[in-house]
Amino acid sequence: MRSIILRTMTMYLLPLLLIFSVFLLFRGHNHPGGGFVGGLVASAAYSLYLLGFGIDKVRSIFRIQPIKVLAFGLFLAASSTVFPIFFGKPLMTGVWYEHKLPIVGSLGTPTVFDTGVYFTVLGVTLNIIFTLFEDKE
Amino acid sequence: MFFAVLSGFIVACIVPLIFKLNRKVAGALLSILPLSLFIYYLQFIPNVLAGEKILTTFYWIPFLKINLNFLIDGLNLTFALIISGIGFVVYLYASAYLEKSEKIVPFYIYISIFMASMLGVVTCDNTLALFVFWELTSISSFLLIGFNHEQERSRYAALQSLLVTAGGGLALLAGVIMLGQITGTYEISQMSAFHSTIVSNVLYPSILVLFLIGTFTKSAQFPFHFWLPNAMEAPTPVSAYLHSATMVKAGVFLMIKFLPILGGTDLWMWLLGGFGGWTMLMASTMALKQTDLKRLLAYSTVSVLGTLTMLIGLGGEKAISAMIIYLFAHSLYKGALFLTAGIIDHETGTRDIRNISGLRKYLPVTTVIGVLAALSGMGIIPFIGFIGKEMLYEATLLSGEYSTLFITITVISAINIFAVMAYSGILPFFGEYKSPAEHVSEAPFQMTSGPIALALLGLVFGLFAGSTVDGLTNKALQSIFPSASHHLALFHGFNLPLLLSALTIAVGLLFVFKRNSLVEFIEKIRIPEFFFPSKWYDYAFNGTLSFAEIQTKFLQNGHLRYYIFTILALFILLVGGSFFGFNTSESILNAFAISIERSLAGIDIYDISMLITVLIASVFALISQGRLSAIASMGIVGALISLIYIIYGAPDLAMTQLSIETLSVILFVLVLYKLPRFFTYSKLKTRIRDLVIALAFGSIFTIIIIFVSAYGKFDSGLSEYFAQTSYLIGHGKNIVNVILVDFRGFDTMGEITVLAIAAVGVYSLLRLRKQGGEQ
Amino acid sequence: MEFVLAIIVGILATSAFYLMLRRSLVKVILGMVFLGNAVNLTIFSVARVTKGYAAFIPENASTLEGVYADPLPQALILTAIVIGFGTQAFAIALFRKAFQKVGDDDLDKMNSTDIMCNEDIPGDK
Repeated sequence: MRSIILRTMTMYLLPLLLIFSVFLLFRGHNHPGGGFVGGLVASAAYSLYLLGFGIDKVRSIFRIQPIKVLAFGLFLAASSTVFPIFFGKPLMTGVWYEHKLPIVGSLGTPTVFDTGVYFTVLGVTLNIIFTLFEDKE
Repeated sequence: MFFAVLSGFIVACIVPLIFKLNRKVAGALLSILPLSLFIYYLQFIPNVLAGEKILTTFYWIPFLKINLNFLIDGLNLTFALIISGIGFVVYLYASAYLEKSEKIVPFYIYISIFMASMLGVVTCDNTLALFVFWELTSISSFLLIGFNHEQERSRYAALQSLLVTAGGGLALLAGVIMLGQITGTYEISQMSAFHSTIVSNVLYPSILVLFLIGTFTKSAQFPFHFWLPNAMEAPTPVSAYLHSATMVKAGVFLMIKFLPILGGTDLWMWLLGGFGGWTMLMASTMALKQTDLKRLLAYSTVSVLGTLTMLIGLGGEKAISAMIIYLFAHSLYKGALFLTAGIIDHETGTRDIRNISGLRKYLPVTTVIGVLAALSGMGIIPFIGFIGKEMLYEATLLSGEYSTLFITITVISAINIFAVMAYSGILPFFGEYKSPAEHVSEAPFQMTSGPIALALLGLVFGLFAGSTVDGLTNKALQSIFPSASHHLALFHGFNLPLLLSALTIAVGLLFVFKRNSLVEFIEKIRIPEFFFPSKWYDYAFNGTLSFAEIQTKFLQNGHLRYYIFTILALFILLVGGSFFGFNTSESILNAFAISIERSLAGIDIYDISMLITVLIASVFALISQGRLSAIASMGIVGALISLIYIIYGAPDLAMTQLSIETLSVILFVLVLYKLPRFFTYSKLKTRIRDLVIALAFGSIFTIIIIFVSAYGKFDSGLSEYFAQTSYLIGHGKNIVNVILVDFRGFDTMGEITVLAIAAVGVYSLLRLRKQGGEQ
Repeated sequence: MEFVLAIIVGILATSAFYLMLRRSLVKVILGMVFLGNAVNLTIFSVARVTKGYAAFIPENASTLEGVYADPLPQALILTAIVIGFGTQAFAIALFRKAFQKVGDDDLDKMNSTDIMCNEDIPGDK
């Protein structure tokens, strides 16, 4: 499967897809997209790269263990639900920052939650694919 | 107050850390927790004595009326003090008792969880939250009884106690919910206002029975008493703490709490008085013949719990005031006696009372503890146990028309208990020296200091009852009967209770000196095994197991496709049958007609082409012999479905479906790339049968959808709400996304957790084995 | 419109269960994927189905009025798709492990740890 076309393509596709995935994540609140799709697109980008270049190369550009990404995502999502307590609101209430930010748009705990989803999905998918791939070799 | 209850759970989390830091002082360090809780609760005494009730509220699920409301009144405070005070003694004691055990870390974790939940039970005012704490005590008790889980007996006893007490807890929950439905409140403190409404309700008998199943199982009342003696498999500190001083009193506690709510009826009196009285009599008699120190004490605990239950059943101010004092005295002396038994076991290696005597030379401090505690338990003047017993006699004598019956069984039981206390607290220390261990030496300071404090308190509280426990127990009484009060004193003059006490001591002494012939006499009473409730438990337990085995053999024979076949066949039978049962085939045709007519209006050429492509791809997936081509057709189907999502206004779904499809094709290819082509295992006949079943199933799917689309829409009204508020509340214009991350964020949290578990599962399936292989 | 969807769901469900009744584990996993798709589409088609009206609030409005596709089932399906992927991945890993141990993807060779072993199975040999 180490075709030259795939290699050349994924070299350029990887950064593009990653940027696209983050774009999907942040615009998800108002347009199609969101954490699930964003995370899937990002993992698809790495998977393509994996098919093109093999596991060692991917590990060298994705240095963190996917399982840690997963844990980080879960933690981020969970902690965003606890955050409202400090504002005297029940668990999981959305708390929003009043002003709009560039790129991200309006920022609130649901945005953080969605980011958590993004990382969880990314971590889960990469963890599965890396594990299966390494087991094969 | 919320934090005080929670602290036990927090400490439970850091127990391993403390032991890692310094193993030697960890136990002592941990005892600071119950000590500080004890001091914390002590500081409420002035407020409570002034007649205040302190209520703190923490909203948990206000919508369901589940709140963490903690109330401190006289009764709750008395219990909280007992729990934290004896907790301190037990924590300290265990640090030496389990010093050499490897399992000391889990011990402290479990017992901290237990203490926290027990404090929750006695201070929580919301019945639903109370139920949570109630079941947590059952679970921690389960873990502690099964502490030596290598032994089958421990596991049996642990499971038994869990099934009995947690099962009873479920009955309690049902009762509590019914109560909540009738009164509209789940706060104990507000329920008593509805007493007449509750008692006159048709549901009252069932509520009462459910409630009592909960409290009887917890407090080991007949016919659920059998788990408590078996629970003695737990380490002795646990028996002292959970199974005599605190947890088993939770049932009794709840019954007093609910006396103003459910009590005052004949049914209440007969159920509690009857079962309590019988438990008291039966358990005290059974206790006499026990030879294991701990089982001896356990049966006497069951008997005392029966006494307490009976007193609550009799109701009335005298009875409750007697009950509170009796309970308080019992916690002190029984805790001390259990810990004494633990010391004996620890130092001599046996708990069989036939093998030990005359230990006083080698265990001088323990002797003092044992004797003091036993004297209180026997009801000898001037211990607090004496006051308790006098009040018990007095209250029983005043119990109305059946007082003769009640006083008779009470006196007999008291005589039995008198003897049992002597067997356990006095006899092992006196007489000729006998012990299986070669070298017996006094237990360390940590193990003796706590029990001696408990034993001495029994004396001090007895001598100075009027100036010490009088105030708080009065307030405890007043939290049930606001206008009642009692005055504690050692000596009430020459009256009938005093006479009965003298009788008790005289006959009791006879029992002590004539133990052998007494036991012989009891042994002669033969009751067929069938009448033992513990046998019923075994029957029910084994019956369930063999039923499970039979139906497992029948339904789960190890062939996946038969499981699926069974499920499918049943589904087709039930759902398909209901179509023909409730609707004529005419209406099915009608639905088809309506649906086709509607669809024809909006149908496009690409709908038809999609349909055809799906059909071709599916058929190809079914018949294909090559793995890659099967996977490819699966991918095509997935892509087509994402196309459907796009056409029907679900772009988010389409994107997700498409990326998932990409990833899953990669996954399949990764694993299956090098495998050989499919081999056809089944015969043609089987394949046709399967196809028929599958077709039937698929048609039912189709019919259901057509039915719904023709006759009615699934519409929850929620969607309108989301459409209205998505931007205004959720700050997002993509409604699907707002539902995911905000409105139904809790679901999403659960779902990503499931995903994470799947990933960890894959990881551990493939990776961990690899590392193990390398080693 | 629902009629077409109903037929498609029927086809998918039929294929799913035919595959799941096979003895080859790979086919069973393929069947699971098909079943996931069928169920997702079922939920989708029993809710309000519209062509082309996605559930987005317009740029200069703050609430959504008029005709729009039901967003609630969509949210449910979205997570269901991703979870389906998780189970599928787990099944594949399980298959891989089983294949390494047994060397075959015949389910009848994988049931030896169960209570009943290879006793006579009616109908199927």
